[in-house]
Amino acid sequence: MFRFVLTRLAQLIPTFFGITLVAFAFIRLLPGDPVTLLAGERGVTPERHAELMTQFGFDKPGWQQYLYYLADVAQGDLGKSVVTKKPVLQEFFTLFPATLELSFCAIVFAIVIGLPAGVIAAVRRGSAYDHTLMGVALTGYSMPIFWWALILIIIFSTNLGWTPVSGRIDILYFFDTPTGFMLIDSLLSGEKGAFWSALRHLILPAIVLGTIPLAVIARQTRSAMLEVLGEDYVRTARAKGLPPWRIIGLHALRNALIPVITVIGLSVGVLLAGAILTETIFAWPGIGKWMVDSIARRDYPSVQGGLLLIAGIVMIVNISVELLYGLINPRIRHRR
Amino acid sequence: MNKKLSTTALGLVLAMGMSAAAEAKTLVFCSEGSPEGFNPQLYTAGTTFDASSRQVFNKLVEFTIGTTNIEPALAESWEVSDDGLEYTFHLRRGVKWQTTENFTPTRDFNADDVVYSFMRQLDPNHPYHKISGGAYEYFNGMSMPDLLKEIVKVDDYTVKFVLNRPEAPMIANLGMDFASILSAEYADKMMEAGTPEQVDLQPVGTGPFQLVAYQKDAVIRYKAHPDYWEGKAAIDNLIFAITPDASVRYQKLKAGECHVMPYPNPADLEAMEADADINLMQQEGLNVGYLAYNTMKAPFDNPKVRKALNMAINKEAIIDAVFQGAGKVAKNPIPPTIWSYNENVKDDPYDPEAAKKMLEEAGVTDLKTSVWAMPVQRPYNPNARRMAELIQADWAKIGVQADIVSYEWGEYLERSKDKERDGAVLLGWTGDNGDPDNFLAVLLGCDAVGGANRAQWCYQPFEDLIQQAKTVSDNDKRTKLYEQAQVVFKEQAPWATIAHSVVFKPVRKEVKNFKIDPFGGHVFYGVDIEE
Repeated sequence: MFRFVLTRLAQLIPTFFGITLVAFAFIRLLPGDPVTLLAGERGVTPERHAELMTQFGFDKPGWQQYLYYLADVAQGDLGKSVVTKKPVLQEFFTLFPATLELSFCAIVFAIVIGLPAGVIAAVRRGSAYDHTLMGVALTGYSMPIFWWALILIIIFSTNLGWTPVSGRIDILYFFDTPTGFMLIDSLLSGEKGAFWSALRHLILPAIVLGTIPLAVIARQTRSAMLEVLGEDYVRTARAKGLPPWRIIGLHALRNALIPVITVIGLSVGVLLAGAILTETIFAWPGIGKWMVDSIARRDYPSVQGGLLLIAGIVMIVNISVELLYGLINPRIRHRR
Repeated sequence: MNKKLSTTALGLVLAMGMSAAAEAKTLVFCSEGSPEGFNPQLYTAGTTFDASSRQVFNKLVEFTIGTTNIEPALAESWEVSDDGLEYTFHLRRGVKWQTTENFTPTRDFNADDVVYSFMRQLDPNHPYHKISGGAYEYFNGMSMPDLLKEIVKVDDYTVKFVLNRPEAPMIANLGMDFASILSAEYADKMMEAGTPEQVDLQPVGTGPFQLVAYQKDAVIRYKAHPDYWEGKAAIDNLIFAITPDASVRYQKLKAGECHVMPYPNPADLEAMEADADINLMQQEGLNVGYLAYNTMKAPFDNPKVRKALNMAINKEAIIDAVFQGAGKVAKNPIPPTIWSYNENVKDDPYDPEAAKKMLEEAGVTDLKTSVWAMPVQRPYNPNARRMAELIQADWAKIGVQADIVSYEWGEYLERSKDKERDGAVLLGWTGDNGDPDNFLAVLLGCDAVGGANRAQWCYQPFEDLIQQAKTVSDNDKRTKLYEQAQVVFKEQAPWATIAHSVVFKPVRKEVKNFKIDPFGGHVFYGVDIEE
């Protein structure tokens, strides 16, 4: 197990290097640069442009900039945003908890509803229930997120008044946010009604963001379960007269979980990469929106730093998933 | 029933939130984006100005809210020397700076603050010049380094600006956001403390609202400056709720979660008009949307060809389809809200037959070109793609084949400047200072070819007129010169002037005294909420 972990971690290093190169090159491939975007429609004279590019350090040859950049990254310095002049690491971690909180709630929603739905659909295969469930899953997967979000807002926020329209918490609450997680901070603040407000604000965005993972998880669970339910040992268990819930819950589901966990892991990676559309619609101040804004402004350090950090997080999630396999499936753990 | 529920809920929360100040008024503005920072000298985006200069700071002169007329602000009065080179400002006394978490002022506003604010931008050796990046793009874009020879403190309440050449729009320039006055005392204190960048992150101004906190990408909170020189604002707390999506802003407005919102979707305007809770304000924008030909490339170097193409465009149809009625056909390169607008200029008539003939007479057959369409929504053009399609269809009727070209916004701005550019570019402009020079020289001057002058048009008779108008201080004389310039422009037709947009600002009915700023800003001093 230890060797397994070490090998995987070692494989991370070349991956990481590859990512720094991609992060560095990608934004520079786009025409335009931070100075031009800063100037806007007014434009800027070529001399002034050259002056500012030198000031920002973007005039040096590409490979030189890359090496300086690598050296900085090795020391943990991801540079400063060209627009706000603040360190990229600081900007990222100011916004990341919001994305993390939302992604977490979305995934919990997706698992809590998707997993049982998939199991039941598999067990009652071919029934009306199965078809309905899978039909709903397909719809959820196909709906455009921004449309789905707006529909929910119009119905539940504007017309029924059950949920707020956007944001993380009612605007009139103003307290320190030491952790960046609104649910925790609102409890810590002790302000009356703050926690409930934070929770209410999470409902719609979590549902919207969790809809696609929910669909994917439900369908994946269903197919994995179907495969497992057809296995010999399940037939044996039935023959032995074990109660159905024990067969399904303990014997079948546990073995069906591997592909499902893969899918959950992948979903988490995608969600953490920044739920851009959801964050934009719900005015959720997370890293997805920040990345889009940075790309539009050609804020090189922010885009590079953001890409690196997001890729790093996704890599960690993927490794955790693989380690989880080992826990669930002893065959993998004891290999070699 | 349900709207009442949410307003009651809001009321309850309001009551809960306002524990200390029982009657505190809070206005929530649903802003469309995040500010880049809080020092207006460093940026050019309207969103940033709304968050900084328009609430926290004052300038020497300001535009009367809702108009383009200059009025005294931090300067009570001023004189211009006969040669137009010296502007002497007499500063207002008793103006108090804001007291914030990291700064308590020990003196009132005086000449030192004016000198600091301008010298920081002008003098590359100023200790603050390079702080926070050192890019003062608006200051540079308005050619202030060329213009300003020096700034002299005559005494504590008198400052003299000495210019290198007479420039009549100078006073209007001093009403712009980059000319906001920052506190020299605060700057000194932060420099001593080793944290000069705080000046740009935690602003201190003399303006009606002071910054309390910025929760990145989410909320900006201000409170009224209790000692504001014009009198404390009627609103106690001002909150910007950053809401990037226009449809969501509308839902928030309906739900009573915000009081004012900018940039509504044209598709929502009808519903807003019908909504009894919303007051849909409107005003002609200080802008122009145009199609710029590349006058350096044949056959667009022939004014008759340009005129013919202009006459083939059905502008009324564009107003209906693209602006959905929220616009006015433009005949001049400046909008009607700017002084010297020449009402007597006759627009190119919509006459495809005559246009076809004119093209033939000019020897142009089988013309193939492109129309560039912006990918983003701008105040002067809500849907450039659609506009390009209409123009393409109009031109097809006279035998001109045009394909539509588009790039990502940054790329679009960059590539459209190219002197070798193929095709006509859809673009536009929003005025900075209400001065005709700000449109005519910036967009059509010889200096701007290869830059903001996307028609690549340098025409001596026009250039002479606008250069002369720059140097004359007398407004009547300037008016006549600009009127002539507009006539020349119409004859030469480097652009097809398409439209001036109408700016819509939905505001909740309980908001009183909100005025639309012609410059696209949002000013909340003087605004009140009826309980």
